[in-house]
Amino acid sequence: MTELKSIVSPAIQIDDRLHEADNPSSKVAKFGVDQPLKLDCGVDLAPFQIAYQTYGELNAERSNAILVCHALTGDQHVFNTHPITGKPGWWDTMVGPGLPLDTSQYFIICSNVIGGCMGSTGPASTNPATGKPWGLDFPIITIPDMVRAQTLLIDRLGIETLFCVVGGSMGGMQVLQWTAAYPDRVFSALPIACSTRHSAQNIAFHELGRQAIMADPDWRGGRYVDHNAHPHRGLAVARMAGHITYLSDAALHRKFGRRMQDRELPTFSFDADFQVESYLRYQGSSFVERFDANSYLYLTRAMDYFDIAADHGGKLAKAFTGIKTRFCVVSFTSDWLFPTSESRALVHALNASSARVSFAEIETDRGHDAFLLDVPEFFDITRAFLQSAGKARGLKADG
Amino acid sequence: MALQEQMLPLPGIAPDRTGKYRTDHLLVAGMIESGSKVLDVGCGDGELLQLLESRGIDGRGIELSRAGVNGCVAKGLAVVQGDADTDLVNYPDDAFDYVILSQTLQATRQPKVVLENLLRIGRRAIVSFPNFGFWKMRLQLLVGGHMPRTENLPATWYDTANIHFCTIKDFVELCDAINVKMERAVALDLYGRPVPLNLPWWVWNMFGEQGVFLLSRGK
Repeated sequence: MTELKSIVSPAIQIDDRLHEADNPSSKVAKFGVDQPLKLDCGVDLAPFQIAYQTYGELNAERSNAILVCHALTGDQHVFNTHPITGKPGWWDTMVGPGLPLDTSQYFIICSNVIGGCMGSTGPASTNPATGKPWGLDFPIITIPDMVRAQTLLIDRLGIETLFCVVGGSMGGMQVLQWTAAYPDRVFSALPIACSTRHSAQNIAFHELGRQAIMADPDWRGGRYVDHNAHPHRGLAVARMAGHITYLSDAALHRKFGRRMQDRELPTFSFDADFQVESYLRYQGSSFVERFDANSYLYLTRAMDYFDIAADHGGKLAKAFTGIKTRFCVVSFTSDWLFPTSESRALVHALNASSARVSFAEIETDRGHDAFLLDVPEFFDITRAFLQSAGKARGLKADG
Repeated sequence: MALQEQMLPLPGIAPDRTGKYRTDHLLVAGMIESGSKVLDVGCGDGELLQLLESRGIDGRGIELSRAGVNGCVAKGLAVVQGDADTDLVNYPDDAFDYVILSQTLQATRQPKVVLENLLRIGRRAIVSFPNFGFWKMRLQLLVGGHMPRTENLPATWYDTANIHFCTIKDFVELCDAINVKMERAVALDLYGRPVPLNLPWWVWNMFGEQGVFLLSRGK
């Protein structure tokens, strides 16, 4: 077990984070007042910016671009050292030379979502009207808003059709939104561990996280930056609750069981006696170093609102009528946040549209987070799906 | 209709024999025009789908076992996990040119409903199944007094997935009963060779180890 920090005094690099929100350590596409982002809530967001990274080379036909959509707490730093944490990219097991999302073959794009805190416009960004962070003055955003912003980025990069859109969890929701709203711009789609709508249980967990943040006195109605404060306790608790939902009973038992942390006997106190407590506190405290509390509120809200069928008269199949996109849907057996049944409902809707769809359920005890971990069968399937789609797209095989 | 039209290599249907593809798969593939859209129900390891794709046929698959599905997807095939008994209802009418049910009918809970669904979602269906009227089966039951087991059907009665065996004769009767038209019928012997067509039905039912039928909707 690595050294664990206490939840009480996190080493928050607030200045770094604030700087990153306006001036990302990545590429950035700026859109002026003449190019507003039309949000579902009715607001025209302008000016705004999208922070993004690219890896690999766009081919001459502009046909090999893959858009990676990140999950709730992810960002654009898929395959490079994170500018705040110094850790490797969040999907460096999947993206890289010779890996399934092969950077020597494909042009990989990943952008920070609108509402995020790593350089795309969100509640942590400076509101040009006030010169201060937007905070709760930032309009409510949705998954379709995030995708609409991505289409503007893709336009700017001069790409008409993406070879593939791929993502897990909230990233998977974006993948599905892409296919439902812009089917002609998506040649193939790889939605992983996700759903076409957020379940009541998932909304409930998100509400728990939001209430934890807002109950922290340092949250100060969302204006914590003005008070030089940060609701790190509330955000850490939100993260801890969220993190439990990303794992599974079996994985927690295998990893920690009832083992004690650096001690033989219980201390008869509320110290982190158990390794699992210590682990959760570590997850909470390391998260607050890199994430903005308001951004967490906005992004969880966006997921809660997501319901593709509702946008198509209550009929999910209608969202995909006549779609030509090739799909590969992936779920994991121990994922109880986005269980296989959700993916199966999606597959049934795609079948009803006669879409070309593959659906694999991967056996693992690692829960929802399995899509970020080293799961060889998942990598094999991803690689084969992309190669098969690449052949259909006329991409040159590797080498 | 003449079997002589088929380019059938003679080695049998066991996959470990020479030849890349199984004879019954080659026979099925030979019934389908290039460019067709095909659903293979119970596609197993995807061998038939690979053969179809190699011939320019747009093939999709459904497979019950997770290992089978994931193996297929890892080959780049469009296969989903599903059950012929419960999941065919999700497909719309006329979604495919052909729906294939290869060596799976006898393992379904409701063969009649499955067959009706095949011809609802596909304009044509190709169904193959082991013939329980095959002489070796009859002999084992008659003389041995036990449930038949063969090279291709080695499972014992208590652990077999095959719960609805039928003979070629039974199948023909079912097709008549639900107004299904038989466009082509081929019986393969134990070595995967077609039983000559000019022989009477009872010979097929006796010497055909399996039957392969091309079906369409009756008037």
